Amino acid sequence: MKKVLTIILLTIVMLNGQTPSAETILKKIDENMISKNQIMTSSMIIHGRRVSRTIRAKSWSIGDTKNFTEYLSPAREKGTKMLKLDDKLWIYTPSTDRIIKISGHMLRQSVMGSDLSYEDMMESSDLTNSYDAKVIGSEEIDGKQCWIINLVGKTDDLAYHQRKIWVDMKLYVPLREELFAKSGKLLKRMELKNIINIDGRWYPTKMIFKDVLKNGEGTEFVIDEIKFDQNIPKYKFSKAGLRR
Amino acid sequence: MLSLKLAYKNLIGAGLRTWLNVIVLSFSFVIIIWNKGLLNGWNEQAKRDMIDWQIGGGQYWQKDYDPYDMFTINESHSVIPDGISDDIQNGLLTPILINTATIYPEGRMQNVLLKGILPEQKILKLPTDKLQKNSDEISILIGSRMAESNKLQVGDYFTIRWRDANGTFDAADAKVVDIFHTNVPIVDQGKIWLSLEQLQKMLQAPNEATMLITENNSVEKEEISGWVFRGHDYLLKEMDNLIKMKSVGGSIFYGILLALALLAIFDTQILSIFRRQKEIGTEIALGMTRWQVVRLFTVEGAMYSVFAAILAAIYGIPLLTWQAKVGLAMPEGTDDYGLPIAKSIFPSYSIGLVIGTVLTIFIATVIVSYLPAKKISKMNPTDAIKGKIQ
Repeated sequence: MKKVLTIILLTIVMLNGQTPSAETILKKIDENMISKNQIMTSSMIIHGRRVSRTIRAKSWSIGDTKNFTEYLSPAREKGTKMLKLDDKLWIYTPSTDRIIKISGHMLRQSVMGSDLSYEDMMESSDLTNSYDAKVIGSEEIDGKQCWIINLVGKTDDLAYHQRKIWVDMKLYVPLREELFAKSGKLLKRMELKNIINIDGRWYPTKMIFKDVLKNGEGTEFVIDEIKFDQNIPKYKFSKAGLRR
Repeated sequence: MLSLKLAYKNLIGAGLRTWLNVIVLSFSFVIIIWNKGLLNGWNEQAKRDMIDWQIGGGQYWQKDYDPYDMFTINESHSVIPDGISDDIQNGLLTPILINTATIYPEGRMQNVLLKGILPEQKILKLPTDKLQKNSDEISILIGSRMAESNKLQVGDYFTIRWRDANGTFDAADAKVVDIFHTNVPIVDQGKIWLSLEQLQKMLQAPNEATMLITENNSVEKEEISGWVFRGHDYLLKEMDNLIKMKSVGGSIFYGILLALALLAIFDTQILSIFRRQKEIGTEIALGMTRWQVVRLFTVEGAMYSVFAAILAAIYGIPLLTWQAKVGLAMPEGTDDYGLPIAKSIFPSYSIGLVIGTVLTIFIATVIVSYLPAKKISKMNPTDAIKGKIQ
């Protein structure tokens, strides 16, 4: 009996030894996903009840504090620009030639009819400092072994009190993320696919966002082109840049 | 007196011509009184309903609350002052907490306002007693318009997603425990009513409220620090403005109607003066002054309005009384425009309204009768007797 118990305990210790800590996994994810800056051309495919719309955009960003996005197509959205500086967001529409600050209730509105709200775009990606992370198991997604990391908010002022992230054990890239309400109800799900190697980083080029409380197929976000650590002029992240 | 007698005889003698004028003018009387009565009735009913369902005897607003600024609504609540807890217990005040949220009935997404109210309150007509107290389940009340637009019925469940006072998302399923019907769309469309305690718990805002509604008959409105009192004058101002606007619109309509009737009298006067030149000449020759003749013709014209008032009373009083009893049914969907309108509007006629209308029409008739008669003062009596056109 003692022998059996010893074997079980040893197995547990060995298995634990194979699983890196959640903090280590999150750090490795950051190495893949976070860069000094990036320039990206992307397509957002919004699936409506009858038809789907594709919105193309080019964005310039520094970390998760500064972002400038210019919509390229369709014609109705072309020229619309969005500027995010820390926790502030402005939007410029060429048809009205006005810059509007998005705040309060407006932040909850969906971005161009997608499953993403402005406040989702405003969220900080600093998970390590905001959440207590713990590896709670493993699961296979599309034939890839993943760790499941459960994140519980350290403070009361986070938008999502709990998150779950499925991380590819080999590439250290998140393949799925679920966002939960304080009550534990699942609110949003994000699937990350088509992982490719760009400049030595593993990066997902297709993301599917889904507000699980809402009917519909969700919103696809496809990266057409992405460049890391480029020279981005400072004026890009100024309000004056919105009218240029 | 002589003028009155002569005028009466002349009018009766004119036969059908007189009665046509009188009938047209009597329509003006009845339609103007009916239309104004209808607006009065709507105004009274709308204000009564707004007091019963929405504003009570006035409201204390948390100092930052602005119902038109959706950006600040979630931050516009604070702790209910200790000093008023007796008034709340005695039913003189009822606190309401307001917060924005999103609901997902059948997977459809809609932005709403959550309104927390005491289930035991009696100030507003809302059937808040249906809200379950001390229950883990969120029980909610919705209006019939909200139920219809979201295809909800009593007993249905749907998910509500909100942000608590710290900005953290939370979500839970809620059960519709009752659907009420009200003539005041503002308490219905886009509103979810639930227990105050429940909402305070959901928002993590214990003992907080956005507004305090006072009982309608309570006279004293004391100042509460950090809260601004809004009385009926302020809260019913929009309704007053709307009625004023409608009244101006209505004035154009009955102005046209009255103008048509007065035009007929004006024409009749011109024709009379033209056709009765010999009579005018003879009257002056017999010793009447020109102005006495002018007065005679003016009294004749003004008498149309007296006859019209009598005729309007004969058929108008029973008609308007009947209308006030049965009301005027409003077409389906009229209240969807956000205006407090009952299914039927019951006109309300005041003595002031009737006297005002009679006097207005009488004065207008005197003026249009006098204007053509004024010509008599310039007539040459000799030419008039000869029947020469002047």
